[in-house]
Amino acid sequence: MKKIFGLLSAALFTVLAVVAPSFAADVIKIGVAGVHTGDLAPFGIPTVHAAKIVAEKYNKEGGLLGKKIELIVLDEQCKPEVATNVATSLVTSKVVGVIGHICSGATKAALPIYKQDKIPVISPSATNPSLTKIGYPVFFRTIAPDNAQGKLQEEFIVNKLHAKRVAIIHDKGDYGKGLATYLKNYIEKSGKAKVVLFEGITPGAMDYSAVVQKIKRARPDVVMFGGYHPEASKIAMTMKRKRLKMPFISDDGIKNDKFIQVAGKYAEGVYASGPKDVSGNPLYKVALNEHKKKYGTEPGAFYYNAYAATQALFEAIKKAGTTDFAKVTHALRTNYVETPLGKIKFDKKGEAEGVGFAVYQVKNGKFVQVYAPSK
Amino acid sequence: MERLVEEVKKSLITAAWFVFLTFPMIVVKLHSAENRVSYRWINALYVAIGAFFISFIWRYLLERRDKKSSSDNVEDSLVYKVLNHPVYSKILYGAVFVFVLIFPLLFSTYQTNIMTTALIYVVLALGLNIVVGLAGLLDLGYVAFYAVGAYGYALLSKYFGLGFWAVLPMAGILAAIAGIILVFPILRLKGDYLAIVTLGFGEIIRIFLENWDGLTNGPSGISGIPRPSFFGMEMKVDQSLIFIYYITVALVIFTIFVVNRLQVSRLGRAWLALKEDEIACQSMGIDRVRAKLTAFALGATWAGFAGVIFAAKTTFVNPASFTFFESVIILAIVVLGGMGSIVGVIIAALMMILLPEYLRAFSDYRMLIFGLAMVLVMVFKPEGLIPFRGGRLVYKKREPGKDGSSNEKRAYS
Amino acid sequence: MDWSYFLDLFMSGLTKGSIYALIALGYTMVYGIIQLINFAHGEIYMIGAFVALITATILTSMGLNLFAVFILAILVAVIYSSAYGFTVEKIAYKPLRHASRLSPLISAIGMSIFLQNYVMLSQTADFVPFPEIIPVPKFLEKVSDYVDPVGVVIIVVTVVVMIALSLFVKKTKIGKAMRATAQNKTMAMLCGVDVDNTISVTFVIGSALAAIGGVLIGAYVGQINFYIGFIAGLKAFTAAVLGGIGSIPGAALGGVVLGLTESFGTGYVSSDYEDVFAFVILVLILIFRPAGILGKSNTEKV
Repeated sequence: MKKIFGLLSAALFTVLAVVAPSFAADVIKIGVAGVHTGDLAPFGIPTVHAAKIVAEKYNKEGGLLGKKIELIVLDEQCKPEVATNVATSLVTSKVVGVIGHICSGATKAALPIYKQDKIPVISPSATNPSLTKIGYPVFFRTIAPDNAQGKLQEEFIVNKLHAKRVAIIHDKGDYGKGLATYLKNYIEKSGKAKVVLFEGITPGAMDYSAVVQKIKRARPDVVMFGGYHPEASKIAMTMKRKRLKMPFISDDGIKNDKFIQVAGKYAEGVYASGPKDVSGNPLYKVALNEHKKKYGTEPGAFYYNAYAATQALFEAIKKAGTTDFAKVTHALRTNYVETPLGKIKFDKKGEAEGVGFAVYQVKNGKFVQVYAPSK
Repeated sequence: MERLVEEVKKSLITAAWFVFLTFPMIVVKLHSAENRVSYRWINALYVAIGAFFISFIWRYLLERRDKKSSSDNVEDSLVYKVLNHPVYSKILYGAVFVFVLIFPLLFSTYQTNIMTTALIYVVLALGLNIVVGLAGLLDLGYVAFYAVGAYGYALLSKYFGLGFWAVLPMAGILAAIAGIILVFPILRLKGDYLAIVTLGFGEIIRIFLENWDGLTNGPSGISGIPRPSFFGMEMKVDQSLIFIYYITVALVIFTIFVVNRLQVSRLGRAWLALKEDEIACQSMGIDRVRAKLTAFALGATWAGFAGVIFAAKTTFVNPASFTFFESVIILAIVVLGGMGSIVGVIIAALMMILLPEYLRAFSDYRMLIFGLAMVLVMVFKPEGLIPFRGGRLVYKKREPGKDGSSNEKRAYS
Repeated sequence: MDWSYFLDLFMSGLTKGSIYALIALGYTMVYGIIQLINFAHGEIYMIGAFVALITATILTSMGLNLFAVFILAILVAVIYSSAYGFTVEKIAYKPLRHASRLSPLISAIGMSIFLQNYVMLSQTADFVPFPEIIPVPKFLEKVSDYVDPVGVVIIVVTVVVMIALSLFVKKTKIGKAMRATAQNKTMAMLCGVDVDNTISVTFVIGSALAAIGGVLIGAYVGQINFYIGFIAGLKAFTAAVLGGIGSIPGAALGGVVLGLTESFGTGYVSSDYEDVFAFVILVLILIFRPAGILGKSNTEKV
């Protein structure tokens, strides 16, 4: 037993030695926090890739303020309690900015810690509208909040699809239910359509045929689902099998290749809202090629948002000429940066200006933009 | 020589079997996007070599384990020797206590924070230990009471502005009431039937938290929960986290004290009797209903306390923190530590929570190793890391003449 | 009363219930024989689905027809799931045969975590599409306006498997050995039953059934990932307890009752509380029949 204790403590100390922050002054430390393991990992890993690619690029050109950029990548599994641990760890390691977190719940838990130590946080994916309020003034994001997405969906459903009866299903998750609730409220406010069904389903359940029967009975003109692609593809598939022909629209959580791959032929015709199509942007192609070169694959979810977030942070530090919080955030709010998402800066609340949503439809196995707001 | 040939043969068969078994997973790689598969043949070789050698070790260790248990195993383990020794145990306790006290000074806030999480699990595990380890009732929904505590604090502070210190005792009582409400209708159920109902109860609580938007804010959870105050002093986040650490330490010490007293109390003995044999226990005049109710209520109380600290530490609660998996981890801590054994449970809790944290270096393989470790500990230490020795008298026959004064020894922890 | 709606819900419930029943059988058999809640059983089902998917992918690229792909995929999945079930028992449970009852339970949970991550690391963390390999007979396509033909095939396959299993347990020698071991291990051993062997056979059969369930559900919903076993396993375990754990017809009945409860609960009340219905019906049944619907509540003798 003694031996084991000896071993254990030796192991513990080695680990601590590794974990313990090294206080070298010649680097600028940037935290990258998000989910990197478990079933949500596909949403978090592209952000790590983006941060690494951008940091490498800057380092090749001599780093920032004459110092090398060092990334501290930490996994919080999208769990709020782990996120606070990770946030404290980043704060203790004296990072000057954070790219992350990925999930809204984890971000919510972590923000107060960054706020107290005044560290700017740019999330590529946390869309909960309340975050900019909770996280002011440290929080920024390169993705539009849920209410913007809900508003767009309402416009599309009511004005373009001319639906009178709308069925709304959600996955009872933070993101899905939040979005579904915004849509419901907007539709009810518009007075032009009626919400005939509003229900949550259990994510990961074996199948959803009972709920699809219920949709069938409610006779909606449009079905909207708030949530992620595994459930969405099951519902889309079951709907087609049960001969339900009305349009099916979902959100950014399904606007990825995975959905099309998994749903296969059942994906055809499905609508999804997602960030505006920026593939025409030359920087988009640059970012895409860099990912292909380094990782050999097409980038995953939120890659471009993370790319833009990292660029914005680095450029702000460059522009400010210091890592001082007030100056960096001032630069974030005033200085336009060319990114794959277009030319962006952040507004007072911390929302990226010029980043918006559009509606896509699956045509021949690809998402094609079919509606973008006039703004 | 013959034995060696025999053993090599066994290992060769094992190696071949594992190559076959792992073939579709480790050798074949599915590329679902392109609708094809590729083959990674080299992996088969690794599996073969690995399985060949590990099977030797496996058989050797199993044999050793069986030999040990068949021989006279009344000998106390080293840990118990130290713990039962009047001087050493005091030194040990003192050293641990000092270390725990100065921990935040030695390590960063990050480390302290993780340690707080681990200590919260110590409290949870000690609480569940009352239900499972002492009273022998399998509870798979313990996390429900944890949720009651956490949400109790979140809601009471949100709607009534109550502070941490006011809610702490209230949450304990709330959780205890929840425990009584749960078991009352199902007192008749035994063993695994009870387990599945408690599991269901845990899930039901979580689903209500998810769906009851008006009260709980649904899946978005409640944020901005205040951290505990210290006589109205303003604290920075890291100071406050360290303060929470000390509160947790105090709670752990209090828990240990209470559980320790409970074990030797009338009630504790009733639980032990209940655990051993329900019918015999009843015929001895023990009120079975009361024993079960108190076990659940007292167990739940600690989960309630832990929940409040959790909510105060994270300042955010959402239903996703209270899944069935959480109950499973807490139960695993109790069993891995050695059911009923306080020291064992503490060590296991620290291991289960700190291990994944420090296994970050292995990132992807973390949970794989974690699962494997659970299996291995159980296989090679089926009674847990530090088996429970309390609550029963052990009679040792001594060789006559060697120690004539007494031929029975009372082993008690 | 809207009868076609009722019928639709009934069919979805029955289809889902059939899958629950197939997995529940594995739980109930293992429980009957060694009183262990085999938490890793859901993972065996998941592995069955993955192996079937891999087999189907290979075979389809070789150009086999649908029916052959379906049969062979099930066959390979059954073989591999059985092999995994057998190995898991040997590694994680057999060394614990004489330990206290909770030790194998924790070992099973560890196994479950291990197997999930094993599949995740060796294959993928993402959902992968599962081809629609269930062959639908012509005459069913005609009625597809009223009932889901794939659902009908699933129900029929389940019923056939159940009947085969009951006959196996009732009529064959090894089936008798299984019942004997379940009743009294020591006595069975004294009567010349090879207990270790019988337990292995139980795991193999239970795993084979789970594999069939895995292939059917994969092809029915069109996607799988490494995590599907956990939730399905939990539901199936609930079904087994509902029906009376240890009883084979009980598992079948429990699965169907659970599937129907969820389906009607969703259809007539709200899917928000789908799992609540499942557990409430469980508690209600256990209050009135503490050993499940078909379970025998044996009076304990002192």
